[in-house]
Amino acid sequence: MSNINQSGWRPTTPQAGEASGGTFTGNRALMLEEPLIFEIGSTETTGVDFGEAPSGKSRLGGLERSRTIGLPGLSEPEAVRHYTRLSRQNYAIDLGLFPLGSCTMKHNPRLNERMARLPGFADLHPLTPVDACQGAFEVIHQLAHWLVTLTGMHSVAMSPKAGAHGELCGVLAIRAALDAKGQQARKVLLVPESAHGTNPATAAFAGFSVEDIPATEAGRVNLEALKARLGPDVAGVMITNPNTCGLFEPDMREISEAVHAAGGFVYCDGANFNAIVGRVRPGDLGIDAMHINLHKTFSTPHGGGGPGSGPVVFSEALTPYAPLPFVEKQGEQFVLVEEETAGEHHASSFGRMVAFHGQMGMFTRALTYILSHGADGLRQVAEDSVLNANYILRSMEDVLDAPFAKSGPCMHEAIFSDKGLPEGFSTIDVAKGLIDEGFHPMTVYFPLVVHGAMLVEPTETESKATLDQFIGAFRSVAARARNGDPTVKTAPHHAPRRRLDETLAARKPVLVWKAPVRAEAAE
Amino acid sequence: MSRYFTEDHEWIQVDGEVATVGITDYAQSQLGDIVFVETPEAGKTVSKGDDAAVVESVKAASDVYAPVAGTVIEGNAALADNPALVNEDPEGEGWFFKLTLADAGEVSSLMDEAAYKDFVSKL
Amino acid sequence: MRYLPLTQSDRQAMLATIGAKSVDDLFVDVPAAAQLDGPIHGLPLHASELAVERHMSALAKKNLAAGDVPFFLGAGAYRHHVPASVDHIIQRGEFLTAYTPYQPEIAQGTLQVMFEFQTQVARLLGCDVANASMYDGSTACWEAIVMARRVTKRGKAILSGGLHPHYVSVANTMAKFTGDQLVTSLPTFSPEPDTLDLINQIDDDTSCVVVQYPDILGRIEDMSALAEACRAKKALLIAVVTEPVALGAIKSPGEMGADIVVGEGQSIGVGLQFGGPYVGLFACSDKLVRQMPGRLCGETVDAEGKRGFVLTLSTREQHIRREKATSNICTSSVLCALAMSAHMTLLGEAGLRRLAEINHVAASAAADRLAEVDGVELVTDRFFNEFTLKLSKEARPVVRALADKGILAGVSLGRLYPGAAELQNGLIVAVTETTTEEDVETLASALEEALA
Repeated sequence: MSNINQSGWRPTTPQAGEASGGTFTGNRALMLEEPLIFEIGSTETTGVDFGEAPSGKSRLGGLERSRTIGLPGLSEPEAVRHYTRLSRQNYAIDLGLFPLGSCTMKHNPRLNERMARLPGFADLHPLTPVDACQGAFEVIHQLAHWLVTLTGMHSVAMSPKAGAHGELCGVLAIRAALDAKGQQARKVLLVPESAHGTNPATAAFAGFSVEDIPATEAGRVNLEALKARLGPDVAGVMITNPNTCGLFEPDMREISEAVHAAGGFVYCDGANFNAIVGRVRPGDLGIDAMHINLHKTFSTPHGGGGPGSGPVVFSEALTPYAPLPFVEKQGEQFVLVEEETAGEHHASSFGRMVAFHGQMGMFTRALTYILSHGADGLRQVAEDSVLNANYILRSMEDVLDAPFAKSGPCMHEAIFSDKGLPEGFSTIDVAKGLIDEGFHPMTVYFPLVVHGAMLVEPTETESKATLDQFIGAFRSVAARARNGDPTVKTAPHHAPRRRLDETLAARKPVLVWKAPVRAEAAE
Repeated sequence: MSRYFTEDHEWIQVDGEVATVGITDYAQSQLGDIVFVETPEAGKTVSKGDDAAVVESVKAASDVYAPVAGTVIEGNAALADNPALVNEDPEGEGWFFKLTLADAGEVSSLMDEAAYKDFVSKL
Repeated sequence: MRYLPLTQSDRQAMLATIGAKSVDDLFVDVPAAAQLDGPIHGLPLHASELAVERHMSALAKKNLAAGDVPFFLGAGAYRHHVPASVDHIIQRGEFLTAYTPYQPEIAQGTLQVMFEFQTQVARLLGCDVANASMYDGSTACWEAIVMARRVTKRGKAILSGGLHPHYVSVANTMAKFTGDQLVTSLPTFSPEPDTLDLINQIDDDTSCVVVQYPDILGRIEDMSALAEACRAKKALLIAVVTEPVALGAIKSPGEMGADIVVGEGQSIGVGLQFGGPYVGLFACSDKLVRQMPGRLCGETVDAEGKRGFVLTLSTREQHIRREKATSNICTSSVLCALAMSAHMTLLGEAGLRRLAEINHVAASAAADRLAEVDGVELVTDRFFNEFTLKLSKEARPVVRALADKGILAGVSLGRLYPGAAELQNGLIVAVTETTTEEDVETLASALEEALA
């Protein structure tokens, strides 16, 4: 078999906990149970008023939808209550510390939301004639200028829809650049073992084959091993810096120089840009392409799993291959360069990745955030995020194994392992214990190079008081796990749900609601 | 009839020309609850070390390699409905596929039960 | 700085705990040559909320918002009225500022929304299952083509000329790198889509046929015969829906035999937003679910036996399968999916059907009115809320001239197909419940003037 379950996460059916004191409704005071819309709504109910449709000619040509669709409706008060009740079963950055490593869950300023909702942005059609949407292009142009300047790069492609999409954009540009030089034989992308799973997935999607680069004991890319592997079949490397262990790659310049000398390109996963924004420019490290998660470093909301936004900055060498469309300033006018206007000037572009222009709603939010912080504030963001992470690292290393703590400070996230926990206890138990303490757990079992990894990223928007409370809770849960406290194994006890049976969900997938078969129908 | 093991935690039981392949008890314990198994179709020819099947828990997916070369006779149809068989009886009812051996001598390069036990104890 | 809680004395106390003299000590791994010594020159410094608001508002005012003028743009993005409560719901901090539900015990809100969304979308599109959303319609369309290749193990996809040109362009870009063969064509000014041509092109190498419904010119046609022809050759039929409100009035692609139905959900609940973020829809039959890309939420129980929801079948995804994943996607568009789901819940079936009826009747009346204008010919005779006009002169300059007068007249085919001389007189006009009769009159007289 291929490497069996490197992460060490061994799911099993959760143990039954002690019976809870039941109530008639199943509710527990402010903790309100909420049925599905299919159980409370009806197809006749609507929460939207319309006038009568005027009678008129039908041009549907016999395609009228005659069968019931099965979409339940709720009146407005019922709908607002349904979604409000559901929302209260979610943890969120608005409620407390959300230290998911590599996800940069920072405060989402509400000014961003207000600006994105200005009618000139929110109610603007993507195919509005270009003279009638100059303000939108100016937003894109201004944000592009900030991103290029903050990263010290040459250009930026704004259209990628999320981080993984940005990665795809970056590796496609590398492929296009190599193809243009007649180097179709360069098919291998080298990816560190510690890489996020999207890196190899993206490389494969773009037709590359992937080879691992080993890590050193200190959690960094093994420079010698990397150099040894470079050759005429290597297209480049995909490196995360700061890496997924929360460490800066000190050899980044040497890596870039070696890869360039061997004829390859350097892709940098910019997921962890928050640690260095305003202090280090990736362009100074020899990087050719890097995506920037606007939903991480630049505070656009994660929304429960998207939308994201993943602009990609490029070096001069890759700029000609960047995707369409993009915005250019010609005199006082902003123009949209797309298939039609790319012409000879941008003939090498690898093409279009999305309909329209990308995540405009995220651009307005990110620009609002960037202008709020300014160049000085963004630098402080990096410093405070790194300070907060090191504070947690040094406050925890005596109770949890911190595999890289001895090699020096971390960047914006601190990593711990499950080493030292007694038999039967693992990272998942510490995570679930933190839920009962009122915190969202850290990233667990990632990166794979650390067994039972716990990756803690506090971000800069947490106060010292919050960090102290978190550290107290984290220490308490870790100590309980070390002491074999069985109640940690059955945590969480106080969340809207106890541990959920993921095995059952995967063995017998129920992905849509189906009406229960009614027994009385037989009568 | 004799049983052999690979360092990748497959077992292979040879019975004349026909061999049965599965994953070891150690492998299933490392994966946790198995939720899905994809077995090869009859007639597929495999070389030693080829991807032959896929086994998934909720949090991990692994390819199962062919321990030796051969032609697949059948996949274990029972695993489609009941992948838990791999957890309950990995080295019996939870077998993955049967194949005819291309080279009956090839199994001799694999470990026997004692050697595999020793191998696992050192992991 | 209003977003940074640490005080200077906090920072000193924390540095002392860490055992560092200054924050610079924490950046020791960064080579000195790569470190900046202060804020980057030439960029402005931090600004107050009021100052930023002024800056952004000034930019917003340079745009011609749809709601301010007679507005007829569609072609993949539609303006519909979104109830006030939808925006209230998506701004609940517990939805807005949550992450992907990796810890299901404290993410049941998002998970239940995903489960409801999957069910609503599956029913709307007429399929067994739907995923929890993709980036947008154009990327969902490409993912469907790739999925068809995985399922059929064939590499040739036939794309209808009625498919949105941006969607075709995205597929062309990707296919260059993946080696998929795409057969594409341009639309023509025919009232019928190119169904017969498509049927004739299906062969034993065809992985899938991709049609849009309603198509880029607004045309609608029964795809049952096409589905039959695909089935006969063991190819898949992929239907793309860019205006899901239509499915309140017309048969779903699933009902007519499409194997995979993808689409753009923007028109229900999301708003125009200059093209994004939108929400990609992806639905298929039960038997294809393990080949489906994107996140899926499934029902299960917790340790006390209570119903709950979790992300499931995630071994298809990149974080576990790495280079063997079905797709590299790891973000969906959950907040937009919530907006769409909440809007569908507010509408309900009765509301959606009424909304669709109002759209159709209004569009039909507008088509009749505009066809009365000298120099205007109605190309499409069967459509939902969008139709194509053939003008007596090139449409693109007309659209620009009308925009200068404060009328957003529609999307010219010249904008979408700049190289296609034969299409330059085409104008796609969308009419929704937000369009008034007065708007239509304004457009009619402006066109009369422009074409005179």
